[in-house]
Amino acid sequence: MTEFKLPPNSIIQSGKTWPVPEGARQIQRFRIYRYNPNGVENPRWDIYQLDTENCGNMVLDALLLIKNEIDPGLTFRRSCREGICGSCAMNIGGTNTLACTRSIDEFGGNEITISPLPHMGVLKDLVPDLTHFYAQHASIKPWIEPKEIPADGREQLQSPEERKRLDGLYECIMCASCSTSCPSYWWNSDKYLGPATLLQGYRWIADSRDGNLKERLDQMDDAFKLYRCHTIMNCTNTCPKGLNPAKAIAEIKKELVRR
Amino acid sequence: MDGYTIEHHTYDVVVVGAGGAGLRATFGMADKGLSTACVTKVFPTRSHTVAAQGGISASLSNMGEDKWQWHMYDTVKGSDWLGDQDAIEYMCREAIPAVLELEHQGVPFSRTDEGKIYQRPFGGMTTNYGEGVAVRTCAAADRTGHAILHTLYQQSLKRNAKFFIEHFATDLIMDDDGVCRGVMAWDLTTGVLRIFHAQTVILATGGYGRTWFSATSAHTCTGDGNGMVIRAGLPLQDMEFTQFHPTGIYGAGCLITEGARGEGGYLTNAKNERFMERYAPSAKDLASRDVVSRAMTCEINDGRGVGSDGDHIHLHLEHLGEKLIQERLPGIAGSARIFAGVDITREPIPVLPTVHYNMGGIPTNIHGEVVTRNGDSSDTVVPGLMAIGECACVSVHGANRLGSNSLLDIIVFGRSAANRCAEILKAGATQPEINQSQIDPLLGRFDQIRHAKGGHPTAGIRDRMQRTMQKHAAVFRTEETMQSGIHKLDAIYASFEDVAVSDSSMVWNSDLMETLELDNMLQCAQTSLHCAVDRKESRGAHAREDYPDRDDKNWMKHSLCWVEKGGATRFDSRPVHEYTLTDEVDYIPPKERVY
Repeated sequence: MTEFKLPPNSIIQSGKTWPVPEGARQIQRFRIYRYNPNGVENPRWDIYQLDTENCGNMVLDALLLIKNEIDPGLTFRRSCREGICGSCAMNIGGTNTLACTRSIDEFGGNEITISPLPHMGVLKDLVPDLTHFYAQHASIKPWIEPKEIPADGREQLQSPEERKRLDGLYECIMCASCSTSCPSYWWNSDKYLGPATLLQGYRWIADSRDGNLKERLDQMDDAFKLYRCHTIMNCTNTCPKGLNPAKAIAEIKKELVRR
Repeated sequence: MDGYTIEHHTYDVVVVGAGGAGLRATFGMADKGLSTACVTKVFPTRSHTVAAQGGISASLSNMGEDKWQWHMYDTVKGSDWLGDQDAIEYMCREAIPAVLELEHQGVPFSRTDEGKIYQRPFGGMTTNYGEGVAVRTCAAADRTGHAILHTLYQQSLKRNAKFFIEHFATDLIMDDDGVCRGVMAWDLTTGVLRIFHAQTVILATGGYGRTWFSATSAHTCTGDGNGMVIRAGLPLQDMEFTQFHPTGIYGAGCLITEGARGEGGYLTNAKNERFMERYAPSAKDLASRDVVSRAMTCEINDGRGVGSDGDHIHLHLEHLGEKLIQERLPGIAGSARIFAGVDITREPIPVLPTVHYNMGGIPTNIHGEVVTRNGDSSDTVVPGLMAIGECACVSVHGANRLGSNSLLDIIVFGRSAANRCAEILKAGATQPEINQSQIDPLLGRFDQIRHAKGGHPTAGIRDRMQRTMQKHAAVFRTEETMQSGIHKLDAIYASFEDVAVSDSSMVWNSDLMETLELDNMLQCAQTSLHCAVDRKESRGAHAREDYPDRDDKNWMKHSLCWVEKGGATRFDSRPVHEYTLTDEVDYIPPKERVY
């Protein structure tokens, strides 16, 4: 029998259960992943109990309340709090999503579990390391290579129909919810680009103003970069912006067949 | 100071902040062959530019006749004549090439049937010097800021710009002659402190909306550049001017774009009356933001607010139809559903004037160079230091910014700063050494806050500051309410001496970061409220019930405010530039401001 050894400090232990606030009436429990990168401690699950009558509706409101009033050490990314910056992506109740646009009620139950985006290195608590994710995005040359800039300096013309092809693509906020929900990405993220980067890739393929189609398709035509997508569809199910990365990936595959 | 890993880096230019202004400056600098680093506390596409919705103004004339001179007139009038007309001329003239350049760089603008950039009406934007409604604001649906910020990030990648991401800049490094030599930043991921040596530091750190309890601003809008400037012994300008956006979602404070009214939306009170017709007979719901926010507040104060507590106003979009909403306003349809539980094709959105934009900030000239008053000279350049975007006060917005002029501001002045650096800096020039004695005080401050074990947790001080500003630096102001606010704020400011930080680690210590941000916000709060009491007139967004009129004789000037250690404020002023940049347009003399 082969023996597998887990890396040191990798087993999640049970942590602290914080007391119910005094006079609380509507108690909601949150089970939150904690990790201190001091190289000594194991990760742990801490339990926080909030009075939802004193808390805003959203999961992010609960995290802020915990940080402000119970445990200032709890660490997570957040910024716009309205679903456009993509900072607060995390796994809530088993789903990758944004803490700021999902209400506590949606998850219901007496305990809500919150952990960092899965299968990523963790920097601290709910903060995943996205370095590789960003590098993959940069690798596809995600910028326009214009076919031709009009000599008079005016805009490149694009019909409303051509522009419509970008809808559902340009809105991506790079929160990484989709890529980190994809089993194929979990397994092969060293080589597979993953749904977020592929959706961004198709955004340029679909843009009538772009003149770099051939190189873009050449780059995508790779057993790992593109074809590790097995249409599992977790990406589309989990996208907090309601986008459809799986369809964008299918469109790239179709473009490759077409040529 | 023991126990710190300190690394030194040298660049020609260091940009602090990666919103629209910071990114435009960063890749502009790369184009000019200057070695440039961009230091940012969040990943670039998470900067608050991403949340801008309605659009970017430019007189492209795609949807009707337009001229940059009309745009300039509207901006001057919107500023209530506190804007500097040389800077306003520069911005409105440069708007056209700036927006076309954005299109060339790939911004997915919405399109007209002819395939040109789609434009929509916006508040205060008129044709022929106030006669008609201009269609001037270039839009990518209602996600224009997102579209622009992502494009600027893409362009930065294309140029292989150097980023230091999730690095929190703590302080400017100033030498004994008052020259800025660099900036210190804390790398959240590794815990290393970095000393950036630079010929020029460009602050592009955004606004300080989070100084108030309710703001459309992101949690990260904490006035970090403003705080650094105050600690460097330099003044902030026009800090009393805070824009309340008329349509923040009631409760949540999330933004509903002015573009909603540009597309035909309107406001009603509890009597179902379109009350803006009374306050702005000509522009109605598209009057400028200060005017609409005051009108809404008056309606609520006079008992005509909607809701069970009569404390908000309705914004109607139901009549626009599903197709238009789907095409032009899909983002706010989502926001209204998520944060107000409203289907905007069927019901009005509950809204309230909400803190949105800071007209004041770090005084600069049109090149982005930071200026200060030095004896008789009111335009003395601070060598080695620039500021652009919302943290700066050029001033193009004066006492009130027009909607869609801020995306324009960041692009035009981000580019202008890059051009200036190319002009005055030599790539790779040898820089004077930074002495340890210049760094020690900055390390000392960082260390002291990191190990602060006082009696007041950060969140508590912040909450008291935010509530005080919400109540005492509101849409309408009086001497009495502001003085009582100052009384409270002085105590809150002093309580920071006794702040408590629970965590002293160096990697992703968010408690420490929020405490450093709080220190910056306190400088903003202090200057904002003190300047507001000082300015005894009503102008633009600064509306005093005890001084209801604009007073050009005594107050046609920019206020400057310094904060001494301990929190005491000191005032001076700079004249408003009553001249234009070129002879192609005349100075627009002050007149009564009606919409």
